[in-house]
Amino acid sequence: MLAARLARQLKASSSSSFRASAVRRVSTTPARRSDALFVHRDTTYNNPKVPFEFNAENLTRANEIVSHYPPQYKKAAVIPLLDLAQRQNKGWTSISVMNYVANFLEMPPMRVYEVATFYTMFNREPIGEHFVQVCTTTPCMLRGAYDILDAVCQDLGGIKPGETTKDGKFTVIEVECQGACSNAPMLVIGDDFYEDLTPESTRKVLDAFKKGTKPKPGPQSGRHTSENSAGLTNLTGKPYGPGEHCLPEFA
Amino acid sequence: MLRASSSAPRISRPLRAKFQRSFATVQDPPVRRYGGLKDQDRIFTNVYCRHDHGIKGAMSRGDWHRTKDIIAKGDSWIIQTMKDSGLRGRGGAGFPSGLKWSFMNKPGWEKDPRPRYLVVNADEGEPGTCKDREIMRGDPHKLIEGCLVAGRAMNATAAYIYIRGEFYQEASHVQQAINEAYKAGFLGKDACGSGYAFDVYLHRGAGAYVCGEETALIESLEGKQGKPRLKPPFPADVGLFGCPTTVANVETVAVSPTICRRGGAWFASFGRERNQGTKLFCISGHVNNPCVVEEEMSIPLRDLIEKHCGGVRGGWDNLLGIIPGGSSVPVLPIKKCEEVLMDFDSLKDAQSGLGTGAVIVMDKSTDIVRAIARFAHFYKHESCGQCTPCREGTTWMMNMMDRFVEGRGHQREIDMLLELTKQVEGRTICALGDAAAWPIQGLMRHFRPEVEKRIADFRAANGPVLFGGRLKSQTDSTLALPDNLGANLAEVAAPNAP
Repeated sequence: MLAARLARQLKASSSSSFRASAVRRVSTTPARRSDALFVHRDTTYNNPKVPFEFNAENLTRANEIVSHYPPQYKKAAVIPLLDLAQRQNKGWTSISVMNYVANFLEMPPMRVYEVATFYTMFNREPIGEHFVQVCTTTPCMLRGAYDILDAVCQDLGGIKPGETTKDGKFTVIEVECQGACSNAPMLVIGDDFYEDLTPESTRKVLDAFKKGTKPKPGPQSGRHTSENSAGLTNLTGKPYGPGEHCLPEFA
Repeated sequence: MLRASSSAPRISRPLRAKFQRSFATVQDPPVRRYGGLKDQDRIFTNVYCRHDHGIKGAMSRGDWHRTKDIIAKGDSWIIQTMKDSGLRGRGGAGFPSGLKWSFMNKPGWEKDPRPRYLVVNADEGEPGTCKDREIMRGDPHKLIEGCLVAGRAMNATAAYIYIRGEFYQEASHVQQAINEAYKAGFLGKDACGSGYAFDVYLHRGAGAYVCGEETALIESLEGKQGKPRLKPPFPADVGLFGCPTTVANVETVAVSPTICRRGGAWFASFGRERNQGTKLFCISGHVNNPCVVEEEMSIPLRDLIEKHCGGVRGGWDNLLGIIPGGSSVPVLPIKKCEEVLMDFDSLKDAQSGLGTGAVIVMDKSTDIVRAIARFAHFYKHESCGQCTPCREGTTWMMNMMDRFVEGRGHQREIDMLLELTKQVEGRTICALGDAAAWPIQGLMRHFRPEVEKRIADFRAANGPVLFGGRLKSQTDSTLALPDNLGANLAEVAAPNAP
């Protein structure tokens, strides 16, 4: 704080009286933005007064989830419940969502904030209707993930990763490995994986979403899942049945 | 012996005089080639989701076949079978599974009133790895049955499957399988009619790579930040909810029922000594047809790629290097790729590792420095921030690697970076610090000339560079420049620079 203020003062004085190059300022490191701000600031759309509570359907599901854990460890359900609440809250976790979950699980709100800031799947700012996540980690990068990212950004009107389109329909972010490396490059829209992409098929997928339809998830190249695209190299016949090849006692 | 003596006259006279051997006693053992697993020996028969993943399809493929008899055999029989099979954990570390499971049954465990848990690690996040995903969407019942068998072996009361949050389709398949298994009476108070009570729950994560570490996974499952715990106490003593817990990979758990039914000796007949079994390999990157395939352990890396993936893009000679086990293991240059076998020991001897069996192939068009720098970004993003060496080190490594991509650096900074990786490695609670350090060490071990060349080229174009990447031409000439910024150090020329 003090250093920052000092630097500002020095800067102010330097511009008025000294030649800029001859002045030695207090050395400060540039403020670096992290992936997301970890501090909550009240805004009109995100403050503790905005009401939130589970609807009836989610309430049953929440109670079902809580029943999976020992009664004295109710808070183990915090991640699934935040996820459930986020889905109900248009894909993002507001402060009221966190407070509600804390209250629901009888745990200190701070513990919920900790969790919500740690895990990357909780968006603490509103997102568009379709959440487009493009994987750019090395296996995808090797097969042209940055071309896909560029195609997505261009197709959505030149937005940058991390931004939402003006009509609020699409949010694009760059994410780390999504675990579909044999189907690289890939992107995720909502919960669905779109794999084996080329810039053309990416645009096709996005166009379908723009029209309000949902294209078929999975590989966009005609491949079924992760088999060899030139024809099966294994598992060609009918799979063996119960008891086959087993020890005599389990036959 | 008779044959040996009768073949003796064939040897020409002078030779015979030299080596007078009447009995042939020593023979070269036959050279065994690994690979070429038959479909009948593949455990995961629905990896490509070509058949029904529901209970009907699964049972027609032999799942839940006489599971009751396996349960009735008891814990020590299952653990002994696992030990006989030579199965080593498929999550990366390769710890013998039978031994690990036996830690749960310490003498006097019956007197411990606490519940006991099996936690299945389905938080598959290692770049390059996509094998557990195929198990969970194609063969979810193998996993659920495996939970019961492994749970019986360690006398667990319940299993939690911690699946990464991004796997939505996979999670729904697993949940469907759990529901079907309960409905069919395979799980619950009287699992498979054996009298053994066992529950399986699915828990979805929320996107943190570090939660793949076993203690971080336990923390996350308890509803906290996924920050690894110090060991000891090991999870087998104090784990999930303070109870004895064992964390095992999806593949390890899912193969166990088939091993029990087909016998440990069957499983042990594949692969080299101490590396037995079959394994799912996922091949990505610059191959003609990337795929996931179950193969015998110890299959030569080159065979794996040429047989199942249509070879390297542009032919084998177009290969630059291969990362044989996911992002955390060092890269291997083409010369080593020709000779290594895909198993724990062979890859360890080649100063790399099998890891999760995720083969990332890079051909000559790859910017290898950029590829490794991208891994540095990944680890910086995924470091949980608990241990200082990792939190700060991953950021430094990322910054330095980014500079090396364009060559903005000092030759000596390569050694500084290597020293930095050594300072991170082994000084953190979990292995994420090591995993961040190894790819860079591998890069410098095999591709250092490439990095040196870039640095030399950059300096030739832009003049001297200070430590930290600032150009000397950008410094203020009216100010004294401290010597320790490296502005005036004579640069060591790259070996192949003119």
